Amino acid sequence: MYDVIIIGAGVSGCAAARELSRYKARVCVLEKAEDVCCGTSKANSAIAHAGYDAPTGSLMAKLNVQGNQMMEQLSKELDFEFQRIGSLVICRDAEDLPNLQALYDRGAANGVTGLRIVEKEELRQMEPNISDDAVAALYAPTAGIVCPFGMNIAFAENAAVNGVEFRFDTEVQGIRKTESGWLLETNQGQFEAKCVVNAAGVYADVIHNMVSEQKIRITPRRGDYCLLDKSAGSHVARVIFALPGKYGKGILVTPTVHGNLLVGPTAVDTENKEGSNTTREGLDQVIEKAGENVKNLPMRSVITSFAGLRAHEENHEFIIGEVEGAAGFVDCAGIESPGLTASPAIGVMVAGIVREILQLEENPSFDGTRKGILKPQELPVEERRQLIRENPAYGNIICRCEMVTEGEIIDAITRPLGAKSLDGVKRRTRAGMGRCQAGFCSPRVMEILARECGKHISDITKAGGESRIVVGVNKDSL
Amino acid sequence: MEKRELICIGCPMGCPVTVEMDEDKIVSVTGNTCPRGDAYARKEVTNPTRIVTSTVKVEGGFVEMISVKTKEDIPKEKIFDCVKALKGVTVKAPVHIGDVILADVAGTGVDVVATRNA
Amino acid sequence: MKTYDIVIIGGGPAGLSAAVSARKSEIESILILERDKELGGILNQCIHNGFGLHTFKEELTGPEYAGRFIEQVEELQIEYRLHTMVMDISQDKVVTAMNSTDGLFEIKAGAVILAMGCRERSRGALNIPGYRPAGIFSAGTAQRLVNMEGFLPGRKVVILGSGDIGLIMARRMTLESAQVQVVAELMPYSGGLKRNIVQCLDDYGIPLKLSHTVVEIRGRERVEGVTLAQVDEKNRPIPGTEEDYACDTLLLSVGLIPENELSSGMGVELSRVTSGPVVNESLETNIEGVFACGNVLHVHDLVDFVSEEAAAAGRNAARYVQEAGKRAKLQAAADGADEAKERFGEQTDVEEESRSSAKQDADVAAQSRHQAVEIRAVDGVRYTVPSRIHVERMEDIQTVRFRVGGVYKNCFVSVYLDEERILHRKRPVMAPGEMEDVKLRKEELLKHPDLKTITVKLEEI
Repeated sequence: MYDVIIIGAGVSGCAAARELSRYKARVCVLEKAEDVCCGTSKANSAIAHAGYDAPTGSLMAKLNVQGNQMMEQLSKELDFEFQRIGSLVICRDAEDLPNLQALYDRGAANGVTGLRIVEKEELRQMEPNISDDAVAALYAPTAGIVCPFGMNIAFAENAAVNGVEFRFDTEVQGIRKTESGWLLETNQGQFEAKCVVNAAGVYADVIHNMVSEQKIRITPRRGDYCLLDKSAGSHVARVIFALPGKYGKGILVTPTVHGNLLVGPTAVDTENKEGSNTTREGLDQVIEKAGENVKNLPMRSVITSFAGLRAHEENHEFIIGEVEGAAGFVDCAGIESPGLTASPAIGVMVAGIVREILQLEENPSFDGTRKGILKPQELPVEERRQLIRENPAYGNIICRCEMVTEGEIIDAITRPLGAKSLDGVKRRTRAGMGRCQAGFCSPRVMEILARECGKHISDITKAGGESRIVVGVNKDSL
Repeated sequence: MEKRELICIGCPMGCPVTVEMDEDKIVSVTGNTCPRGDAYARKEVTNPTRIVTSTVKVEGGFVEMISVKTKEDIPKEKIFDCVKALKGVTVKAPVHIGDVILADVAGTGVDVVATRNA
Repeated sequence: MKTYDIVIIGGGPAGLSAAVSARKSEIESILILERDKELGGILNQCIHNGFGLHTFKEELTGPEYAGRFIEQVEELQIEYRLHTMVMDISQDKVVTAMNSTDGLFEIKAGAVILAMGCRERSRGALNIPGYRPAGIFSAGTAQRLVNMEGFLPGRKVVILGSGDIGLIMARRMTLESAQVQVVAELMPYSGGLKRNIVQCLDDYGIPLKLSHTVVEIRGRERVEGVTLAQVDEKNRPIPGTEEDYACDTLLLSVGLIPENELSSGMGVELSRVTSGPVVNESLETNIEGVFACGNVLHVHDLVDFVSEEAAAAGRNAARYVQEAGKRAKLQAAADGADEAKERFGEQTDVEEESRSSAKQDADVAAQSRHQAVEIRAVDGVRYTVPSRIHVERMEDIQTVRFRVGGVYKNCFVSVYLDEERILHRKRPVMAPGEMEDVKLRKEELLKHPDLKTITVKLEEI
C-alpha cells in the first residue's frame, strides 16, 4: 500500500512527485511508457511563458506566473537549462493594436512584471529579422526558454533520490475505490494507494472518468514543429509570438536552450491520443506561417520535425484538485500550454492538496538539490583535461554533431532512473539530436547501452516497446 | 536477328552496349568504349557472372566482421548459393587481405577471400 | 604545443592520399587525425567492389582500396592518431583535438588539409511527415550495421533515394536475407551510377520508381509501412497516385552533405552550391595554408577521383609549407643581416642566391594570391572545383571538376577564356549523379595574360 500513486511521469506528475518527496510518504509514479517525459512534456515549445495569455483570475494565469517566477531558482537547484531571454508578441496590423494593448493589460492584471509595448524602431533594433510588416510588439522580459526534458528528468531524479518509486511500462487500466483508498489495475498487476494523483496528460480524462460521474473530456490538440540547425539558432534572440488567435498562440519562432531554432506549432484537434504524427499540411503550415513574423528564415536548415499533443480541456483551464465524490483522488488534468511553465507551481499545489488529505509530515532528509549530467563542454579546459585523465570515457566523442562523450552517455544510463533506450540517452545527453540526427552515433550508443545494461544489441530499442533498432543478424533467414 | 541492350558494369562509366544475336551466336557488339565492354557484353548474353561480396564473423580480431569477396566472378545464378555457403562461417584472427576464407564456394571453383585485415 | 608542418583532418581516402602525396613532396612532419578506430574512413564499410579502376587499374572492394593507401601511410611512417576528434581549428591553424588517452590537446599546424568527408542527409532534413518510429535509417547507417557489425536493420525494406549508397544497400540487404520491395526516387532520373542500377536492382528484380517519394510513414514504435506517391514536375505528390507498402524498414539515400562545421568555425568560406569550401587551383581555401579535398570539398561519386584530388591538395600543402619556410628563412636572414649591419656596418655572409630565389617565389605567391581568374559555372553547369585559378601557380594540367544540373543528352561541354572558346567536347549523356571534368592547360592560359574569367558551360551546338 502506497500513500500516494501518481499516474504519469510527465512534467506535472514528476513535479508533484518531487514536491511530495518533501514529506514522509510512500510515493510511487506509474508510467505507461519506458521512461519519464514521453508524452506532451517531450514535444512542446520549451518555453517559460511570461503569463499574459490566460484569463485574469484563472488558475492557469496564477500558476503560469508563479511557475515562471520559480523557474530560475529551480533551474539552479535541480541543474536544468533555463534562460530568461524574453518574448515578443508581434503585431503586424495597426488595426490589431488594441488587441496588443489588451494583452498588455491582461498581463499586468495577471501580475506579469516588466511588460512593455515596443514600437517599430526599437523592435527592429531588438530583432533585426522581424518582419517588415511588424508595427509594434508586446515585450515580456520575464519569458524564457527551458529544456523540457531536462526539467522533467530533473524533477524525476530528485524525486527518486528522495525516495519516490518509479514503475515504467506500467499502464493503469482500471481504478476501484476500496475501504482504505484506491486499487489500481495495471498491465503489471495491482497497486494500492491511499491517494491517487491523475497526471495522465492526454489520458487524464480516461483516468478521471474511471472514478467520477462528472465526466471531463481532454482533446489531444496536435502541434507540428520544425527544428532548425544550430547555424540558424541566433536568427532571433527572443521568443517571437504572433498575436494569439482562436487556436492558441499561433506559430512561434524561438531559439532553444541548446542553440537551435524551433518553429511551430500548428493546432489541430484529433481523436487519437497517440496521434503524434506530423502531417504534410501541418509542416507546410509551420513553414508558411513562421515567415509571417520573422523574415529570411533558413528553412533549408530544418534538421527534424515532430508533433506534440497538448492535453486540451474544453474550458481551457487547468483542473487541479480533489475530485468531488472521490475522496483521495486528485486531478491534475488539462495541463496544456502554459503547463510546462506552470509545472513547478502545479507540483507545489498538488503536493499541498495531497498533504492536506493525508496530513503528511515533513521529510527531514529531503534534499532538494540535484546535479545533472556533467557536461565537459562547459568546463574550463584544465578541468576538462583533468576529467579525462580521471575518466578517459570523457575523452571519447560519441555524438560528433553535439560533441557528446562516452562519459556523459554512461552517466545518463547509470544514474537514477537512467536511460534505457536511444531516445532516453538522447533526451538526457543530446546524443543524436544534432544535424545528422543519430545517423553516425546510433550504432555506437547502442553498443554502450548494451554493455552498460547487460543487454544484447538486438534488444536495444529506440524508445521501449517494440521499437527495436535491429531485427536480427546477417543471413539469419537465408 | 535479336538485339540486346545492356549497360556495361565493367567500370563506373556504364556504357550502353548493344549486342546483335543470331540465335545463340553473337553477331556484333557495339557501344562499348573499351575491350572490357566487349567482353562483358559477350559474357552477359551467354553466361552472366558477378563478383559477390559479403561479410563473415571474425573471432579475436579488433573488429566483429570482416569483408570478403569471390576472388573471381561466379555465375549469376550461384549468387545466393554463395552467400548461403557463407552463413555461419567464422574465422579466427589474424586474417589478411587475400586469405582464403572458403575454397571453391558453392561448387563454382572460385575461392572466397578476405578483403580486409583483422 | 606540438607543431607539425601539415595536419590532416580525417583519415579516410582523401586524408590518406593527401598524406602520402605530401610525404612524397618531401614533407617530413605530417599528422593525420582520425576520429574512428581505424584509418580508411567510409571505405571500410563499402565492402562492394568497383573501386580503384583508375588508380590501381584493377577492381577492388572499399576495404582493399583503403588498405592500399593505409599500407603506404605505414611504409612512409606517416604519423596518425585514431579515436581522435578535432574539436576546433583556429584561424592561425591551432588544432584542438581530443581523445581518451591524450585528453584535450592542441597542435600548431603549418598547413591544414581538411578531409573530413560528408554526412548523410537525414529524414529530418527531408521533412517527411508521419510518426518517428524505429526502423528509419540513413543508408550509410544501415550499411555500417550490416557490414561492420553484422546486424540486420530490417526484413522488409523500402528505399527512398537512388543514390549509389541506396542502390548498393538494396543489394546488400537482399543478400543478407531481407526483402527489398522498391527503390523510390524523387527525381525523374537516378542519382546513382548506371552500373549500380543494373547489378544492384535489375539483377534482383527490385523495381526503381522514378518521380516518386514517401508521403507517409506508419507505425508508432517500429515502421509498419510507408506510402509512396508519384510527384509532378515541381516534386509535389500527385493526389490519387498513393501506393501503400507494408515494411519494417525505410532506408534513406537522399544525398550527402560535406561536413564543414570545423571549416566554417575557422572562417572558411563555403559555397552555397556544394556546401564545401570555395577553393583555388591549389585547393586552398580563403584562409592561407588551409586546403580541402575529397567529400568535404564536394561530394564525389568515385573514390579514385577523391584520391587524385587529395594528392593535389597534399602537393599544394607541401609547396605552401616549403614556401613559408623559405619566407621565414629569408626574414630571419634579413633580420640577421640588419642586426649584423648595425653591429659591424658591413654586409654579412648570407646565402645570397637562395635568398633571392626564395624572395622570388615568395613574391610570386604573394602577388598571385590577389590575381585570381574566376571560373564561372553557367548554363547547366552547377559549380566547378576549383572556382578560381592563379594561372602562374596552377599545375601544367589543371583538372576542373563539375556537376550538371539535370540530364543532358548530346550536349557539348565548352570552356571559354573570356570570349574565346578553347574546348568544345560532345558528351552523349550527362547527369547530375556523375561528376564531369575538363582539363585546363597552363601553357594555353599563359597565352592570355589579361584573362579575366574562365567560363564552363553546356551548349547544345
